[in-house]
Amino acid sequence: MTDAITIDQSLVDRARTAAADIADDIQRHIDAHTTDSTERATLRLLGVTGVNEIDVPLVNVVVEHARALLPGGVIRPFVDLMMQKGKSAQEAAEAIARGELALAEVPAERRAAAEARATELAREGVARIDGVRERRNALVAEIGEPLRPYVYVIVATGNIHEDAVQAQAAARAGADVIAVIRTTAQSLLDYVPYGETTEGFGGTYATQENFRLMRAALDEVGTELGRYIRLCNYASGLCMPEIAYMGSVERLDMMLNDSMYGIIFRNINMRRTFVDQYLARLLNARAGIIINTGEDNYLTTADAFEKGYTVIASDFINEAFAERAGLEKWQMGLGHAFEINPATPDQVVYQVADAQLVRQLFPEASPKYMPPTKYMPGDIFQGHIIDAMFNFTGIFTGQDIMLLGMLTEALHTPLLQDRYLSIKNAKYVFESCRHLRDEVRFKSGGIIEKRAGDLLSRAVDQLEHVREVGLFAALEKGEFADVERDPEGGRGAEGVFKRAADYFNPVFAALRDGRMSGPPVGPAPGTRTAAGEGRPS
Amino acid sequence: MIVRPYGDTRDDGVIQFSFTLPITHSPKAADVGKQFLEKLGFHDVAIAECTGIDPRFTFYVAYARTDQGIDPDEVKGDYLEVEVMDFYAVNDFIKEKLGRKLVVVGAAIETDAHTVGIDAIMNMKGFAGHYGLERYPQIDALNMGSQVPCTQLLKTALERNADAILVSQVVTQRNIHVQHLTQLIELLEAEGVRERFVLVVGGPRINNAFAKELGYDAGFGPRTTPLEVASFLAQEVVRRAGKA
Repeated sequence: MTDAITIDQSLVDRARTAAADIADDIQRHIDAHTTDSTERATLRLLGVTGVNEIDVPLVNVVVEHARALLPGGVIRPFVDLMMQKGKSAQEAAEAIARGELALAEVPAERRAAAEARATELAREGVARIDGVRERRNALVAEIGEPLRPYVYVIVATGNIHEDAVQAQAAARAGADVIAVIRTTAQSLLDYVPYGETTEGFGGTYATQENFRLMRAALDEVGTELGRYIRLCNYASGLCMPEIAYMGSVERLDMMLNDSMYGIIFRNINMRRTFVDQYLARLLNARAGIIINTGEDNYLTTADAFEKGYTVIASDFINEAFAERAGLEKWQMGLGHAFEINPATPDQVVYQVADAQLVRQLFPEASPKYMPPTKYMPGDIFQGHIIDAMFNFTGIFTGQDIMLLGMLTEALHTPLLQDRYLSIKNAKYVFESCRHLRDEVRFKSGGIIEKRAGDLLSRAVDQLEHVREVGLFAALEKGEFADVERDPEGGRGAEGVFKRAADYFNPVFAALRDGRMSGPPVGPAPGTRTAAGEGRPS
Repeated sequence: MIVRPYGDTRDDGVIQFSFTLPITHSPKAADVGKQFLEKLGFHDVAIAECTGIDPRFTFYVAYARTDQGIDPDEVKGDYLEVEVMDFYAVNDFIKEKLGRKLVVVGAAIETDAHTVGIDAIMNMKGFAGHYGLERYPQIDALNMGSQVPCTQLLKTALERNADAILVSQVVTQRNIHVQHLTQLIELLEAEGVRERFVLVVGGPRINNAFAKELGYDAGFGPRTTPLEVASFLAQEVVRRAGKA
């Protein structure tokens, strides 16, 4: 946009300062605690995988067994045991699961050696993640990089093999990002299931095997199309850092990874979630994964017109947490949504204001714009038109990631043809309006500029208020999404441990040390592959 | 009286279709779609769109006519008499007619470890684009989760002075759900509190007639939305309070 809306920079500065203070306050809590899922993710990074005879993941078996040792971190006693018994991480975990070996406090004279070895193993684990990131960079350079905005769609058959068929069909129709919906309520499982899913409930489990199967299907179709197809899943819920780890080694490209979503919408204990999101985001940062934050959900609970500012405030908070975990701006898929009631006069005018504000506040980020869901009718024909207005708002305000709406949103998980129609809708709108934003100016002092200014100043008020009372207290009082949560309540509270003075976990430093930077770069879609789809230029 | 779909004249029987066949698009693809609709008993089939949407799939938009008709008066069954309201109407209705929050306690009982059903109805996030009961400002909803013993469910319902109890039963192997559901009814009757609660059961193998037979006030089957349950609860609780 040649002339964007005028924004009061002093308000932006105040918002960032308040968000930084809020995040720093929580970071003190994070740095003082660990969780069972953090410790399990640590073991996964060492190479522990698989399940016992009753399908309990070995990382759960080991961490459960080492519960008393967790305040000091599992890795020191675990690596000490590996060294004492001459076993690999996997062999040690299996022996613990069989009851043959047990973890114990490491005697003082063996600590330095165990810690040195653990540090080496952590670095090796991180090097595997780097290798995967390099592979992505090479593939994008070789295959081709889609145009922005990315066309993002969801598959959710419950059978990963069926999902792969649908994902390939969607990519051929024009999708750039495929998100595989998880089985209902996986976020509340305190373990990550193992193996492939062929009969899920509303989706498939996020498992390492499912990630691998879908990755292979997308690489295949991406090569065919001359467009690298991105894979997205959900590093959220009780196993947030473990799923982030699995994604980092199976080359997921995006992860739903909000700092507060689980607290608000899944009633997961907030002390737990804040600690978990930190390691999850460190992993995502290292792996070159774009995180998606979940602010859109606020507007499905609270009213989008009245509470639009909470999205802006939360985007600033998510940005602050993301920065603390080392995510680069381009890796921040900050969320917002098209959820104002379509019956509101000038609905699209207000949506443009909200979306344009996000675009301008986070110019280097990759905002993720979420489609209408709350007011989608059973009348699919009307729904298709509402989705077209969403697509228009997205291209007109320069969003980076567009999760496409489905005409059957209110009805069922998308049929193959629903996804096709939805992509066709988006492609038409994007191509027909691609340069519109460069051709027009916003009216100074008009509805859009006023609405955006109002949202920003209210977001600043909220952020400064949250800084005053603390984020825990704000969540307790339902200041986000109108949902109240008890800091001591919710699921997974029993898995939070205060770190002992000698807590040891070299994974955190290894993930930060010598990180690559920058997004993958590749040629425009189709230019490298004769068989790929072309596009009008 | 027999009725037929109305396109642009009475009894023309015109129906609009869109569907996908798992076939590669080819010159005969349109005829495949046409003959498929004819096999279903339709005639005057017009294929408006026939497009390959993938190497393995062909998408159709079509119109066709049917001679079939239906007499609405012949359609009978044990239907739950519930007028489905929208989210805002349910809340307004409770506020106006009951004058306080409607209290609901829900759980998957006894050995059933599946929260998917009760979560879909009760959790904030809801199901199929409809918010769960937790999101209704006028409903005080507690989801106790899974594997909740009947005794604990009842204890909680009494403590919270609940208006309604929701029970989810997903597992149906060897009819275990019937056993659990009967157990709850027997407990409520033994304690003399059956009439205090609107008692509702939901699950993939539940329907209203079956629920009534077991002694429940209503039963909801697959694809039930929280809105339907909320509408029923609001209307039933208000009716019992004599304020309808």
